[in-house]
Amino acid sequence: MSRLEIRELVIDVPERRSGQALSLSIEPGQVWGVLGPNGAGKTTLLHTLAGLRAPRAGQVLVDGRPLAALGRRQVARTLGLVFQDRQDGFPATVRETALIGRHPWLSAWQMEGGEDLQLAEAALARLDVDHLAERLVSTLSGGERQRLAIATVLTQAPQIWLADEPTNHLDLHHQTAVMALLAEQAAEGRAVMMCLHDLNLAARWCDHLLLLYPDGEACWGPRDAMLVPAALEALYGQRLATAEIDGAPVFVPVR
Amino acid sequence: MPRRSLWPPLAALALVGLAALLFSVTVGSAALSLADVWAVVRGEGSPLARTLILELRVPRSLAAFAVGGLLAVAGALMQVLLRNPLADPYVLGLSGGASVGALAAMLAGLGGAVITGSAFAGAFLSTLLVFGLAHGTGSWTPSRLLLTGVVVAAGWGAVITLMLALSPAERLPGMLYWLMGDLSYSRTPWPPLALLLLICLLLMPLGRSLNVMARGPLQAAALGVNVRPLEWTIYLVASALTAMAVTTAGSIGFVGLVVPHMLRLVLGNDQRLILPACALAGGTLLVLADTLARTLIAPEQLPVGVITALLGVPTFLYLLYRSR
Repeated sequence: MSRLEIRELVIDVPERRSGQALSLSIEPGQVWGVLGPNGAGKTTLLHTLAGLRAPRAGQVLVDGRPLAALGRRQVARTLGLVFQDRQDGFPATVRETALIGRHPWLSAWQMEGGEDLQLAEAALARLDVDHLAERLVSTLSGGERQRLAIATVLTQAPQIWLADEPTNHLDLHHQTAVMALLAEQAAEGRAVMMCLHDLNLAARWCDHLLLLYPDGEACWGPRDAMLVPAALEALYGQRLATAEIDGAPVFVPVR
Repeated sequence: MPRRSLWPPLAALALVGLAALLFSVTVGSAALSLADVWAVVRGEGSPLARTLILELRVPRSLAAFAVGGLLAVAGALMQVLLRNPLADPYVLGLSGGASVGALAAMLAGLGGAVITGSAFAGAFLSTLLVFGLAHGTGSWTPSRLLLTGVVVAAGWGAVITLMLALSPAERLPGMLYWLMGDLSYSRTPWPPLALLLLICLLLMPLGRSLNVMARGPLQAAALGVNVRPLEWTIYLVASALTAMAVTTAGSIGFVGLVVPHMLRLVLGNDQRLILPACALAGGTLLVLADTLARTLIAPEQLPVGVITALLGVPTFLYLLYRSR
Protein backbone atom coordinates (compact mmCIF):
# COMPACT_ATOMS: atom_id res chain seq x y z
CA MET A 1 0.00 0.00 0.00
CA SER A 2 1.20 3.48 -0.76
CA ARG A 3 2.30 5.53 2.20
CA LEU A 4 0.87 8.66 0.62
CA GLU A 5 -1.52 8.71 -2.29
CA ILE A 6 -2.61 11.86 -4.05
CA ARG A 7 -5.82 11.62 -6.10
CA GLU A 8 -6.83 14.35 -8.54
CA LEU A 9 -5.43 16.93 -6.12
CA VAL A 10 -5.68 20.62 -7.00
CA ILE A 11 -3.93 22.81 -4.46
CA ASP A 12 -5.43 26.10 -3.40
CA VAL A 13 -2.93 28.75 -4.47
CA PRO A 14 -4.34 32.27 -4.02
CA GLU A 15 -4.90 34.21 -7.27
CA ARG A 16 -4.50 31.09 -9.38
CA ARG A 17 -7.59 30.25 -11.37
CA SER A 18 -6.82 26.73 -12.41
CA GLY A 19 -4.20 24.12 -11.77
CA GLN A 20 -3.41 20.71 -13.06
CA ALA A 21 -4.77 17.90 -10.91
CA LEU A 22 -1.98 15.84 -9.35
CA SER A 23 -2.33 12.07 -9.06
CA LEU A 24 0.61 10.16 -7.73
CA SER A 25 1.59 7.61 -5.11
CA ILE A 26 4.55 7.75 -2.80
CA GLU A 27 5.63 4.26 -1.86
CA PRO A 28 7.69 3.24 1.17
CA GLY A 29 11.36 3.76 0.38
CA GLN A 30 10.83 6.52 -2.16
CA VAL A 31 12.35 9.98 -2.00
CA TRP A 32 10.42 12.60 -3.95
CA GLY A 33 11.76 16.03 -4.77
CA VAL A 34 9.45 18.93 -5.59
CA LEU A 35 11.03 21.51 -7.90
CA GLY A 36 9.67 24.79 -9.10
CA PRO A 37 10.27 28.53 -9.09
CA ASN A 38 9.24 30.83 -6.23
CA GLY A 39 5.48 31.00 -5.82
CA ALA A 40 4.77 27.84 -7.81
CA GLY A 41 2.98 26.32 -4.81
CA LYS A 42 5.60 23.97 -3.36
CA THR A 43 4.96 24.97 0.24
CA THR A 44 1.20 25.03 -0.35
CA LEU A 45 1.44 21.48 -1.70
CA LEU A 46 3.32 20.22 1.36
CA HIS A 47 0.91 21.97 3.75
CA THR A 48 -2.03 20.48 1.85
CA LEU A 49 -0.50 17.00 2.08
CA ALA A 50 -0.02 17.53 5.84
CA GLY A 51 -3.68 18.51 6.19
CA LEU A 52 -2.86 22.04 7.28
CA ARG A 53 -4.91 23.55 4.46
CA ALA A 54 -7.75 22.23 2.40
CA PRO A 55 -7.22 21.39 -1.26
CA ARG A 56 -9.41 23.01 -3.90
CA ALA A 57 -10.27 19.56 -5.17
CA GLY A 58 -9.18 15.98 -4.80
CA GLN A 59 -8.09 13.76 -2.00
CA VAL A 60 -5.02 12.71 -0.04
CA LEU A 61 -4.78 9.18 1.35
CA VAL A 62 -2.41 8.34 4.18
CA ASP A 63 -1.71 4.61 4.38
CA GLY A 64 -4.90 4.08 2.39
CA ARG A 65 -7.11 6.25 4.56
CA PRO A 66 -8.43 9.69 3.59
CA LEU A 67 -6.47 12.43 5.33
CA ALA A 68 -9.62 14.44 5.97
CA ALA A 69 -11.09 11.57 8.01
CA LEU A 70 -8.09 11.27 10.34
CA GLY A 71 -7.72 13.21 13.59
CA ARG A 72 -4.88 15.71 13.86
CA ARG A 73 -3.13 13.57 16.44
CA GLN A 74 -3.33 10.48 14.28
CA VAL A 75 -1.94 12.45 11.33
CA ALA A 76 0.91 13.75 13.50
CA ARG A 77 1.87 10.20 14.45
CA THR A 78 2.20 9.25 10.79
CA LEU A 79 3.35 12.37 9.06
CA GLY A 80 5.98 14.95 10.03
CA LEU A 81 6.57 18.33 8.43
CA VAL A 82 9.80 20.34 8.45
CA PHE A 83 8.63 23.93 8.07
CA GLN A 84 10.42 26.42 5.89
CA ASP A 85 10.05 29.25 8.38
CA ARG A 86 9.53 29.19 12.10
CA GLN A 87 8.26 31.65 14.65
CA ASP A 88 9.85 32.23 18.02
CA GLY A 89 7.07 32.76 20.51
CA PHE A 90 8.55 32.46 23.94
CA PRO A 91 12.12 31.59 24.86
CA ALA A 92 12.77 27.85 24.81
CA THR A 93 15.87 25.69 24.95
CA VAL A 94 17.03 23.44 22.14
CA ARG A 95 16.22 20.30 24.15
CA GLU A 96 12.69 21.48 24.98
CA THR A 97 12.13 22.28 21.32
CA ALA A 98 13.20 18.83 20.14
CA LEU A 99 10.99 17.25 22.82
CA ILE A 100 7.80 18.81 21.47
CA GLY A 101 8.16 16.23 18.69
CA ARG A 102 6.87 13.69 21.23
CA HIS A 103 3.61 15.59 21.63
CA PRO A 104 1.46 13.33 19.42
CA TRP A 105 2.73 10.24 21.23
CA LEU A 106 1.91 11.29 24.79
CA SER A 107 -1.49 11.30 26.46
CA ALA A 108 -2.81 14.50 27.96
CA TRP A 109 -1.74 13.76 31.53
CA GLN A 110 1.60 12.20 30.60
CA MET A 111 4.87 13.99 31.22
CA GLU A 112 7.77 13.39 28.86
CA GLY A 113 9.60 10.34 30.20
CA GLY A 114 13.13 8.99 29.99
CA GLU A 115 12.44 7.26 26.69
CA ASP A 116 11.19 10.48 25.10
CA LEU A 117 14.25 12.31 26.37
CA GLN A 118 16.51 9.61 24.89
CA LEU A 119 14.81 9.93 21.51
CA ALA A 120 15.24 13.70 21.59
CA GLU A 121 18.90 13.46 22.65
CA ALA A 122 19.59 10.91 19.91
CA ALA A 123 17.92 13.16 17.33
CA LEU A 124 19.93 16.19 18.47
CA ALA A 125 23.12 14.13 18.24
CA ARG A 126 22.17 12.86 14.77
CA LEU A 127 21.76 16.45 13.57
CA ASP A 128 24.95 17.55 15.30
CA VAL A 129 23.25 20.03 17.64
CA ASP A 130 23.51 18.02 20.87
CA HIS A 131 26.20 20.36 22.20
CA LEU A 132 23.62 23.18 22.01
CA ALA A 133 20.96 21.37 24.05
CA GLU A 134 20.85 23.92 26.88
CA ARG A 135 21.01 26.99 24.61
CA LEU A 136 17.99 29.18 23.89
CA VAL A 137 16.73 28.74 20.34
CA SER A 138 16.82 32.50 19.83
CA THR A 139 20.62 32.43 20.20
CA LEU A 140 21.18 29.87 17.40
CA SER A 141 22.36 30.56 13.88
CA GLY A 142 20.04 29.96 10.94
CA GLY A 143 21.68 26.66 10.06
CA GLU A 144 21.57 25.44 13.66
CA ARG A 145 17.86 26.27 13.83
CA GLN A 146 17.29 24.38 10.61
CA ARG A 147 19.01 21.30 12.01
CA LEU A 148 16.98 21.65 15.22
CA ALA A 149 13.75 21.71 13.17
CA ILE A 150 14.79 18.47 11.46
CA ALA A 151 15.80 16.95 14.81
CA THR A 152 12.33 17.80 16.14
CA VAL A 153 10.69 15.85 13.30
CA LEU A 154 13.16 13.01 13.84
CA THR A 155 12.01 12.95 17.49
CA GLN A 156 8.44 12.85 16.20
CA ALA A 157 9.44 9.69 14.27
CA PRO A 158 6.87 9.85 11.43
CA GLN A 159 6.46 7.30 8.63
CA ILE A 160 6.08 10.10 6.09
CA TRP A 161 8.51 13.00 5.97
CA LEU A 162 7.47 16.23 4.29
CA ALA A 163 10.39 18.64 4.25
CA ASP A 164 10.17 22.20 2.97
CA GLU A 165 13.63 23.14 1.76
CA PRO A 166 15.39 21.04 4.40
CA THR A 167 18.83 22.30 3.33
CA ASN A 168 18.01 25.99 3.85
CA HIS A 169 20.79 27.86 5.66
CA LEU A 170 22.95 24.73 5.85
CA ASP A 171 26.64 24.58 4.99
CA LEU A 172 27.76 22.04 2.38
CA HIS A 173 28.64 19.37 4.90
CA HIS A 174 25.36 19.61 6.73
CA GLN A 175 23.39 19.75 3.46
CA THR A 176 24.87 16.39 2.59
CA ALA A 177 24.32 15.05 6.11
CA VAL A 178 20.63 16.05 6.06
CA MET A 179 20.07 14.52 2.62
CA ALA A 180 21.78 11.33 3.83
CA LEU A 181 19.48 11.30 6.86
CA LEU A 182 16.37 11.63 4.65
CA ALA A 183 17.67 8.92 2.30
CA GLU A 184 18.26 6.69 5.32
CA GLN A 185 14.71 7.30 6.53
CA ALA A 186 13.43 6.19 3.13
CA ALA A 187 15.72 3.15 3.10
CA GLU A 188 14.14 2.10 6.39
CA GLY A 189 10.73 1.97 4.71
CA ARG A 190 9.47 5.50 5.26
CA ALA A 191 8.42 7.89 2.52
CA VAL A 192 10.02 11.27 1.92
CA MET A 193 8.88 14.27 -0.09
CA MET A 194 10.86 17.50 -0.04
CA CYS A 195 10.88 20.85 -1.77
CA LEU A 196 14.28 21.80 -3.09
CA HIS A 197 15.84 24.71 -4.91
CA ASP A 198 19.12 22.94 -5.55
CA LEU A 199 18.81 20.90 -8.75
CA ASN A 200 22.01 19.06 -8.00
CA LEU A 201 20.84 17.86 -4.59
CA ALA A 202 17.60 16.75 -6.23
CA ALA A 203 19.50 14.92 -8.96
CA ARG A 204 21.79 13.25 -6.45
CA TRP A 205 19.36 12.25 -3.68
CA CYS A 206 15.81 11.98 -5.05
CA ASP A 207 14.47 9.02 -6.99
CA HIS A 208 11.29 10.79 -8.17
CA LEU A 209 10.67 14.40 -9.08
CA LEU A 210 7.59 16.60 -9.26
CA LEU A 211 7.95 19.77 -11.31
CA LEU A 212 5.54 22.56 -10.44
CA TYR A 213 5.19 25.40 -12.96
CA PRO A 214 4.07 28.86 -11.91
CA ASP A 215 0.92 28.63 -14.08
CA GLY A 216 -0.27 25.54 -12.19
CA GLU A 217 0.93 22.98 -14.71
CA ALA A 218 2.89 20.06 -13.33
CA CYS A 219 4.69 16.93 -14.40
CA TRP A 220 6.15 14.12 -12.38
CA GLY A 221 7.93 10.80 -12.67
CA PRO A 222 11.17 8.94 -12.02
CA ARG A 223 14.17 11.20 -11.69
CA ASP A 224 16.01 10.32 -14.88
CA ALA A 225 12.94 10.93 -16.99
CA MET A 226 12.40 14.33 -15.42
CA LEU A 227 15.95 15.70 -15.54
CA VAL A 228 15.66 16.98 -19.10
CA PRO A 229 17.67 20.20 -19.44
CA ALA A 230 15.11 21.86 -21.72
CA ALA A 231 12.28 21.12 -19.28
CA LEU A 232 14.29 22.44 -16.34
CA GLU A 233 15.22 25.60 -18.26
CA ALA A 234 11.55 26.18 -18.98
CA LEU A 235 10.68 25.52 -15.34
CA TYR A 236 12.92 28.27 -14.01
CA GLY A 237 13.17 30.51 -17.05
CA GLN A 238 16.92 30.15 -16.69
CA ARG A 239 19.58 28.82 -19.04
CA LEU A 240 21.51 25.88 -17.67
CA ALA A 241 24.81 24.27 -18.52
CA THR A 242 24.92 20.53 -17.97
CA ALA A 243 27.94 18.45 -17.10
CA GLU A 244 28.38 14.94 -15.91
CA ILE A 245 30.27 13.96 -12.79
CA ASP A 246 30.54 10.32 -11.69
CA GLY A 247 27.84 9.40 -14.18
CA ALA A 248 25.30 11.85 -12.72
CA PRO A 249 24.18 15.11 -14.33
CA VAL A 250 25.20 18.42 -12.80
CA PHE A 251 23.38 21.65 -13.62
CA VAL A 252 24.95 25.08 -13.47
CA PRO A 253 23.00 28.27 -14.24
CA VAL A 254 24.66 30.39 -16.94
CA ARG A 255 24.06 33.90 -18.16
CA MET B 1 10.56 20.52 31.09
CA PRO B 2 11.45 16.88 31.39
CA ARG B 3 12.70 15.20 34.48
CA ARG B 4 12.24 18.37 36.46
CA SER B 5 9.53 17.99 39.00
CA LEU B 6 6.86 20.65 38.97
CA TRP B 7 6.30 20.42 42.68
CA PRO B 8 9.24 22.20 44.39
CA PRO B 9 8.54 25.64 42.84
CA LEU B 10 4.79 25.21 43.34
CA ALA B 11 5.24 24.17 46.97
CA ALA B 12 7.49 27.19 47.57
CA LEU B 13 4.92 29.52 45.99
CA ALA B 14 2.13 27.93 48.03
CA LEU B 15 4.09 28.53 51.25
CA VAL B 16 4.70 32.17 50.33
CA GLY B 17 1.00 32.52 49.54
CA LEU B 18 0.03 31.04 52.89
CA ALA B 19 2.41 33.40 54.68
CA ALA B 20 0.91 36.37 52.81
CA LEU B 21 -2.61 35.27 53.79
CA LEU B 22 -1.60 34.95 57.46
CA PHE B 23 0.10 38.34 57.32
CA SER B 24 -2.98 39.98 55.79
CA VAL B 25 -5.17 38.51 58.53
CA THR B 26 -3.02 39.91 61.35
CA VAL B 27 -2.51 43.40 59.88
CA GLY B 28 -5.18 46.10 59.91
CA SER B 29 -6.87 48.87 61.87
CA ALA B 30 -6.72 46.55 64.89
CA ALA B 31 -3.46 44.61 64.81
CA LEU B 32 -3.69 40.99 65.88
CA SER B 33 -0.86 38.65 66.84
CA LEU B 34 -0.41 35.19 65.36
CA ALA B 35 -1.40 33.90 68.82
CA ASP B 36 -4.77 35.68 68.46
CA VAL B 37 -5.26 34.09 65.05
CA TRP B 38 -4.34 30.66 66.40
CA ALA B 39 -6.80 31.10 69.26
CA VAL B 40 -9.58 31.85 66.77
CA VAL B 41 -8.60 28.87 64.64
CA ARG B 42 -8.95 26.65 67.72
CA GLY B 43 -12.41 28.08 68.35
CA GLU B 44 -11.36 30.36 71.19
CA GLY B 45 -10.40 34.04 71.31
CA SER B 46 -12.41 37.17 72.01
CA PRO B 47 -15.69 37.73 70.13
CA LEU B 48 -14.19 40.88 68.58
CA ALA B 49 -11.22 38.93 67.26
CA ARG B 50 -13.53 36.22 65.98
CA THR B 51 -15.69 38.67 64.05
CA LEU B 52 -12.69 40.56 62.75
CA ILE B 53 -10.95 37.44 61.50
CA LEU B 54 -13.71 35.10 60.42
CA GLU B 55 -16.18 37.60 58.99
CA LEU B 56 -14.00 40.41 57.70
CA ARG B 57 -10.37 39.64 57.08
CA VAL B 58 -10.34 35.99 56.05
CA PRO B 59 -13.10 36.29 53.43
CA ARG B 60 -11.55 39.44 52.04
CA SER B 61 -8.04 37.96 51.90
CA LEU B 62 -9.32 34.79 50.26
CA ALA B 63 -11.26 36.86 47.73
CA ALA B 64 -8.10 38.86 46.99
CA PHE B 65 -6.14 35.64 46.54
CA ALA B 66 -8.75 34.17 44.19
CA VAL B 67 -9.07 37.33 42.09
CA GLY B 68 -5.30 37.72 41.78
CA GLY B 69 -4.99 34.08 40.72
CA LEU B 70 -7.81 34.37 38.17
CA LEU B 71 -6.29 37.48 36.61
CA ALA B 72 -2.77 36.02 36.41
CA VAL B 73 -3.96 32.75 34.85
CA ALA B 74 -6.16 34.67 32.38
CA GLY B 75 -3.17 36.82 31.44
CA ALA B 76 -0.90 33.81 30.96
CA LEU B 77 -3.52 32.17 28.71
CA MET B 78 -3.95 35.26 26.54
CA GLN B 79 -0.19 35.51 26.17
CA VAL B 80 0.00 31.94 24.87
CA LEU B 81 -2.96 32.51 22.57
CA LEU B 82 -1.44 35.64 21.05
CA ARG B 83 2.16 34.45 21.37
CA ASN B 84 2.81 37.88 22.76
CA PRO B 85 4.16 38.29 26.29
CA LEU B 86 2.53 41.72 26.48
CA ALA B 87 -1.08 40.59 26.07
CA ASP B 88 -3.60 40.49 28.89
CA PRO B 89 -7.40 40.33 29.19
CA TYR B 90 -7.63 44.05 29.94
CA VAL B 91 -5.79 44.98 26.78
CA LEU B 92 -8.27 42.83 24.83
CA GLY B 93 -11.39 44.58 26.06
CA LEU B 94 -12.68 41.76 28.27
CA SER B 95 -12.76 43.82 31.44
CA GLY B 96 -14.22 46.77 29.50
CA GLY B 97 -17.12 44.59 28.40
CA ALA B 98 -17.59 43.25 31.92
CA SER B 99 -17.52 46.75 33.39
CA VAL B 100 -20.08 48.05 30.89
CA GLY B 101 -22.33 45.10 31.75
CA ALA B 102 -22.02 45.76 35.48
CA LEU B 103 -22.49 49.51 35.14
CA ALA B 104 -25.55 49.07 32.94
CA ALA B 105 -27.16 46.85 35.60
CA MET B 106 -26.34 49.41 38.27
CA LEU B 107 -27.67 52.26 36.16
CA ALA B 108 -30.92 50.35 35.80
CA GLY B 109 -31.04 50.15 39.60
CA LEU B 110 -30.57 46.38 39.69
CA GLY B 111 -28.39 44.72 42.27
CA GLY B 112 -26.61 41.61 43.43
CA ALA B 113 -26.79 38.62 41.15
CA VAL B 114 -28.06 40.67 38.20
CA ILE B 115 -24.89 42.78 38.27
CA THR B 116 -22.79 39.62 38.30
CA GLY B 117 -24.74 38.08 35.44
CA SER B 118 -24.65 41.29 33.48
CA ALA B 119 -20.87 41.59 33.91
CA PHE B 120 -20.46 38.02 32.67
CA ALA B 121 -22.66 38.79 29.69
CA GLY B 122 -20.61 41.90 28.96
CA ALA B 123 -17.33 39.97 29.06
CA PHE B 124 -18.64 37.27 26.73
CA LEU B 125 -20.15 39.79 24.34
CA SER B 126 -16.72 41.38 24.18
CA THR B 127 -15.15 37.97 23.60
CA LEU B 128 -17.45 37.15 20.72
CA LEU B 129 -17.06 40.61 19.23
CA VAL B 130 -13.26 40.57 19.35
CA PHE B 131 -12.78 36.97 18.27
CA GLY B 132 -15.50 37.13 15.63
CA LEU B 133 -14.23 40.34 14.10
CA ALA B 134 -10.60 39.23 14.25
CA HIS B 135 -11.43 36.00 12.44
CA GLY B 136 -13.23 38.08 9.84
CA THR B 137 -12.87 36.69 6.36
CA GLY B 138 -10.55 33.93 7.42
CA SER B 139 -7.05 35.27 7.74
CA TRP B 140 -6.56 35.27 11.46
CA THR B 141 -3.38 36.58 13.03
CA PRO B 142 -2.40 37.41 16.59
CA SER B 143 -1.65 41.01 15.65
CA ARG B 144 -5.11 41.35 14.14
CA LEU B 145 -6.69 39.92 17.30
CA LEU B 146 -4.62 42.25 19.45
CA LEU B 147 -5.56 45.31 17.37
CA THR B 148 -9.23 44.35 17.36
CA GLY B 149 -9.09 43.92 21.14
CA VAL B 150 -7.40 47.26 21.67
CA VAL B 151 -9.97 49.07 19.52
CA VAL B 152 -12.91 47.31 21.20
CA ALA B 153 -11.40 48.15 24.61
CA ALA B 154 -11.23 51.81 23.59
CA GLY B 155 -14.88 51.61 22.54
CA TRP B 156 -15.88 50.17 25.92
CA GLY B 157 -13.89 52.96 27.58
CA ALA B 158 -16.01 55.55 25.76
CA VAL B 159 -19.24 53.77 26.73
CA ILE B 160 -18.10 53.70 30.38
CA THR B 161 -17.40 57.44 30.34
CA LEU B 162 -20.79 58.08 28.75
CA MET B 163 -22.55 56.00 31.40
CA LEU B 164 -20.76 57.81 34.21
CA ALA B 165 -21.69 61.18 32.69
CA LEU B 166 -25.37 60.17 32.45
CA SER B 167 -25.74 58.44 35.81
CA PRO B 168 -27.30 60.14 38.85
CA ALA B 169 -24.84 61.33 41.47
CA GLU B 170 -25.94 58.91 44.18
CA ARG B 171 -25.02 55.90 42.04
CA LEU B 172 -21.55 57.18 41.15
CA PRO B 173 -19.55 55.82 44.13
CA GLY B 174 -20.80 52.26 43.56
CA MET B 175 -19.99 52.54 39.87
CA LEU B 176 -16.53 53.91 40.44
CA TYR B 177 -15.87 50.77 42.52
CA TRP B 178 -16.04 48.72 39.36
CA LEU B 179 -13.61 50.91 37.56
CA MET B 180 -10.85 51.10 40.15
CA GLY B 181 -11.01 47.69 41.72
CA ASP B 182 -11.84 47.33 45.39
CA LEU B 183 -12.16 44.17 47.43
CA SER B 184 -14.17 45.66 50.27
CA TYR B 185 -17.37 45.06 48.31
CA SER B 186 -16.74 41.40 47.60
CA ARG B 187 -19.39 39.37 49.35
CA THR B 188 -18.04 35.83 49.40
CA PRO B 189 -14.70 34.40 48.29
CA TRP B 190 -16.01 30.94 47.44
CA PRO B 191 -17.21 31.30 43.80
CA PRO B 192 -13.92 32.80 42.52
CA LEU B 193 -11.86 30.33 44.59
CA ALA B 194 -13.87 27.40 43.27
CA LEU B 195 -13.51 28.65 39.68
CA LEU B 196 -9.76 29.12 40.12
CA LEU B 197 -9.32 25.58 41.39
CA LEU B 198 -11.58 24.12 38.70
CA ILE B 199 -9.78 25.93 35.89
CA CYS B 200 -6.35 24.93 37.18
CA LEU B 201 -7.46 21.29 37.15
CA LEU B 202 -9.03 21.67 33.69
CA LEU B 203 -5.87 23.27 32.30
CA MET B 204 -3.43 20.67 33.59
CA PRO B 205 -4.11 18.13 30.81
CA LEU B 206 -4.01 20.94 28.23
CA GLY B 207 -0.61 22.15 29.40
CA ARG B 208 1.52 20.40 26.81
CA SER B 209 -0.83 21.38 23.99
CA LEU B 210 -0.48 24.98 25.14
CA ASN B 211 3.31 24.61 25.06
CA VAL B 212 3.06 23.51 21.44
CA MET B 213 0.55 26.29 20.67
CA ALA B 214 3.08 28.84 21.93
CA ARG B 215 5.18 27.88 18.90
CA GLY B 216 2.54 28.95 16.43
CA PRO B 217 -0.69 27.42 15.14
CA LEU B 218 0.84 25.73 12.06
CA GLN B 219 3.56 24.01 14.08
CA ALA B 220 0.94 23.02 16.68
CA ALA B 221 -1.38 21.58 14.03
CA ALA B 222 1.50 19.65 12.50
CA LEU B 223 2.18 18.10 15.90
CA GLY B 224 -1.39 16.95 16.38
CA VAL B 225 -3.09 19.85 18.20
CA ASN B 226 -6.65 20.75 17.20
CA VAL B 227 -5.78 24.40 16.96
CA ARG B 228 -9.11 26.13 16.44
CA PRO B 229 -11.00 24.42 19.31
CA LEU B 230 -8.02 24.99 21.62
CA GLU B 231 -7.89 28.68 20.69
CA TRP B 232 -11.59 29.04 21.46
CA THR B 233 -11.16 27.16 24.74
CA ILE B 234 -8.33 29.44 25.83
CA TYR B 235 -10.23 32.56 24.89
CA LEU B 236 -13.48 31.48 26.55
CA VAL B 237 -11.71 30.31 29.71
CA ALA B 238 -9.74 33.56 29.91
CA SER B 239 -13.02 35.46 29.47
CA ALA B 240 -14.74 33.49 32.23
CA LEU B 241 -11.80 34.05 34.57
CA THR B 242 -11.73 37.76 33.83
CA ALA B 243 -15.50 38.10 34.20
CA MET B 244 -15.41 36.35 37.58
CA ALA B 245 -12.50 38.52 38.74
CA VAL B 246 -14.20 41.72 37.61
CA THR B 247 -17.52 40.81 39.23
CA THR B 248 -15.74 40.05 42.51
CA ALA B 249 -13.44 43.03 42.73
CA GLY B 250 -13.91 45.39 39.79
CA SER B 251 -11.17 46.23 37.29
CA ILE B 252 -7.74 45.44 38.68
CA GLY B 253 -5.02 45.99 36.13
CA PHE B 254 -1.50 44.69 35.63
CA VAL B 255 -1.76 41.46 37.65
CA GLY B 256 -2.44 39.52 34.46
CA LEU B 257 0.42 41.23 32.69
CA VAL B 258 3.20 41.32 35.25
CA VAL B 259 2.81 38.06 37.15
CA PRO B 260 3.11 35.63 34.19
CA HIS B 261 5.91 37.68 32.70
CA MET B 262 7.98 37.58 35.90
CA LEU B 263 7.33 33.88 36.47
CA ARG B 264 8.47 33.10 32.93
CA LEU B 265 11.74 34.90 33.58
CA VAL B 266 12.37 32.68 36.62
CA LEU B 267 10.66 29.35 35.87
CA GLY B 268 10.90 29.03 32.07
CA ASN B 269 7.92 28.60 29.82
CA ASP B 270 6.34 25.22 30.51
CA GLN B 271 2.63 26.02 30.83
CA ARG B 272 2.12 22.99 33.07
CA LEU B 273 4.24 24.83 35.63
CA ILE B 274 3.47 28.45 34.72
CA LEU B 275 -0.32 28.24 34.95
CA PRO B 276 -0.58 26.88 38.53
CA ALA B 277 2.36 29.10 39.50
CA CYS B 278 0.40 32.09 38.14
CA ALA B 279 -2.60 31.13 40.26
CA LEU B 280 -0.43 31.07 43.40
CA ALA B 281 1.78 34.09 42.68
CA GLY B 282 -1.08 36.24 41.34
CA GLY B 283 -3.10 35.43 44.45
CA THR B 284 -0.17 36.27 46.72
CA LEU B 285 0.49 39.57 44.94
CA LEU B 286 -3.12 40.71 45.22
CA VAL B 287 -3.36 39.70 48.90
CA LEU B 288 -0.32 41.86 49.64
CA ALA B 289 -1.57 44.72 47.45
CA ASP B 290 -4.97 44.63 49.17
CA THR B 291 -3.33 44.60 52.61
CA LEU B 292 -1.40 47.71 51.56
CA ALA B 293 -4.58 49.25 50.17
CA ARG B 294 -6.42 48.97 53.46
CA THR B 295 -3.50 49.88 55.77
CA LEU B 296 -1.51 52.61 54.00
CA ILE B 297 -3.86 55.45 54.94
CA ALA B 298 -5.99 53.55 57.49
CA PRO B 299 -8.76 53.94 58.46
CA GLU B 300 -9.37 55.18 54.88
CA GLN B 301 -9.02 52.52 52.15
CA LEU B 302 -7.45 52.85 48.75
CA PRO B 303 -8.86 50.98 45.73
CA VAL B 304 -6.54 48.00 45.25
CA GLY B 305 -6.44 48.69 41.51
CA VAL B 306 -4.50 51.84 42.30
CA ILE B 307 -1.89 49.86 44.23
CA THR B 308 -1.43 47.20 41.52
CA ALA B 309 -1.18 49.92 38.87
CA LEU B 310 1.35 51.87 40.93
CA LEU B 311 3.41 48.69 41.36
CA GLY B 312 2.68 47.37 37.89
CA VAL B 313 3.40 50.38 35.71
CA PRO B 314 7.06 50.82 36.70
CA THR B 315 7.65 47.05 36.72
CA PHE B 316 6.11 46.69 33.30
CA LEU B 317 8.01 49.64 31.86
CA TYR B 318 11.22 48.18 33.25
CA LEU B 319 10.50 44.79 31.67
CA LEU B 320 9.68 46.44 28.35
CA TYR B 321 12.89 48.47 28.53
CA ARG B 322 14.90 45.34 29.31
CA SER B 323 13.31 43.33 26.49
CA ARG B 324 14.81 45.67 23.84
